[in-house]
Amino acid sequence: MFKRLDNPTGNTVTVTIEDEQVQVPAGETVAATVLVHGFRHTRTTPLSGAPRAPLCMMGVCFECLMEIDGVPNRQACQVQVAEGMQIRRQQGVGNPYA
Amino acid sequence: MPKSYALVVIGAGPGGLCAATTAANWGLEVVVLDEQPAPGGQIYRAIAQSPPDRSALLGTDYQHGAELVQAFQASGAQYWPETSVWSLNAQRQIGILRQGQASLIQAKRVIVASGAMERPVPFPGWTLPGVMNAGAAQILLKSAGVVPADGTVIAGVGPLPLLVAWQYLRAGVGVKAILELSPLRNLWRAVPYLPGALGAGDYLQRGLKYTLDLVRGRVPIHYGVSHLQALGTDRIEAVSYGCDILGVQRRKTVTTDSLLVHFGVIPRTNLTQAVGCQHIWDRGQQCWRSQLDRWGNTTVPGIAVVGDSAGIGGARSAEHSGRLAALEAARSLGIMSAEERDRQAHNDLNWMKRDLQVRPFLEALYRLPDSLLIPADDSTLVCRCEEITAGQIRAAVRHGHTDPNRVKFYLRCGMGPCQGRQCAPTVAHVVAAEHKCPVSEFQPFRVRPPIRPLSINQLAHLKDV
Repeated sequence: MFKRLDNPTGNTVTVTIEDEQVQVPAGETVAATVLVHGFRHTRTTPLSGAPRAPLCMMGVCFECLMEIDGVPNRQACQVQVAEGMQIRRQQGVGNPYA
Repeated sequence: MPKSYALVVIGAGPGGLCAATTAANWGLEVVVLDEQPAPGGQIYRAIAQSPPDRSALLGTDYQHGAELVQAFQASGAQYWPETSVWSLNAQRQIGILRQGQASLIQAKRVIVASGAMERPVPFPGWTLPGVMNAGAAQILLKSAGVVPADGTVIAGVGPLPLLVAWQYLRAGVGVKAILELSPLRNLWRAVPYLPGALGAGDYLQRGLKYTLDLVRGRVPIHYGVSHLQALGTDRIEAVSYGCDILGVQRRKTVTTDSLLVHFGVIPRTNLTQAVGCQHIWDRGQQCWRSQLDRWGNTTVPGIAVVGDSAGIGGARSAEHSGRLAALEAARSLGIMSAEERDRQAHNDLNWMKRDLQVRPFLEALYRLPDSLLIPADDSTLVCRCEEITAGQIRAAVRHGHTDPNRVKFYLRCGMGPCQGRQCAPTVAHVVAAEHKCPVSEFQPFRVRPPIRPLSINQLAHLKDV
């Protein structure tokens, strides 16, 4: 689990994380947002359906692939939150966690 | 025809920023392409946006980045944030993606400053959610003030685990243990390089300070740890490791929902490999890097590499190498003579030489043993994307797929979304170990564009800038 050191001050945006509306600091990455929101994993793999979570936070591991505004395979660590953004875990084939 | 610029710098860490600042100050038209929303690279990530208390917590090394960003912003160099580079060729045409629009630009000179990435080292359980790179956790801290909520264990090698633990200590984040995985014998191998390292600056003093502060903060530090394992089914629940107590191997377990790992950093070479620049295996750094001259020139005319993407030298050396490559760009474009370039370069060459004296010591001290580079357990996943195990790779080699690229064709390891970034080093080490010969005898995975994600739709709507 992750937490913020300080309560968000300054600009916030409202995003929807799997049907739940959440106010988060503007400028944060989607990966940071969902980790603080309590997501242990951000996708399941297409082969075994294993759960995976952000590993590198700099765009080189592709483990944080999520469905953002309906577009799959977005790197959550490379995308900043925006007002009204829809964020979902990316589900692999044969996924036991759906 | 794509629009042409005198100099395009790829990346905005210390190397890229200093290259761009120097070139722009000499009157060159400079464009900096940066994947991030703000300059600083990963080392100075979000430096201009960081609230004062967070900057203070991260320490003075981090705060130094603000000076580089200010000089860059005053230089007149153009800055294109959130711009990914998906292609670079030997004609110096650059494929970029910016705000969803794919386009091509042309450069007379290119300086690649794409930095380093944390070295991927597979161990049992490394794919479990809750296992994260220590540098990644530091990026979360720098960019968002986000930290592990219920404490963490930090394992691996190198100075970074100490720094992250020290920053966590100051932030009030619980560090349950630091597990140092470099073999104890490394200490004796590093000793001959100690005098050089002491002459390089205050690197070792800082390492000692972090260690002493951590000891005073009652953070347990365990040296000579081996057999790291993350335990759990759908997420990490505990870390298990082996340690040597008075010659007796003992196994220990720590309950944790967070494990941060770090095994040093390696240059990001995708771009220069895609261009066709010559690469060499660096035995000291245990990685591939571009073959370069003293100005950072690669074997492809007009393309230079600076900073950690040229070979690991750290943030301060990156500044010097960035300025040197910029001076060389100015010379090659007729802005200054070779004599003027040499005169201007004098201080940077000297300071870089001094700064790099710490590297042989660090490389020896934190050298990874085969037991970390080559997963012992056949069931350990090596390719995270295509879920290929170490055992499958060994079997493929025995069946006649005798080099890393053949293993890739046969098993698809390296063909998933990360395009081999996370498995290329390990596949090479496993293949080399099967042949009982050095990694340097094998070619790394071939890299082809697009090297960053690009949809067919975006490619179809390609425009010249």
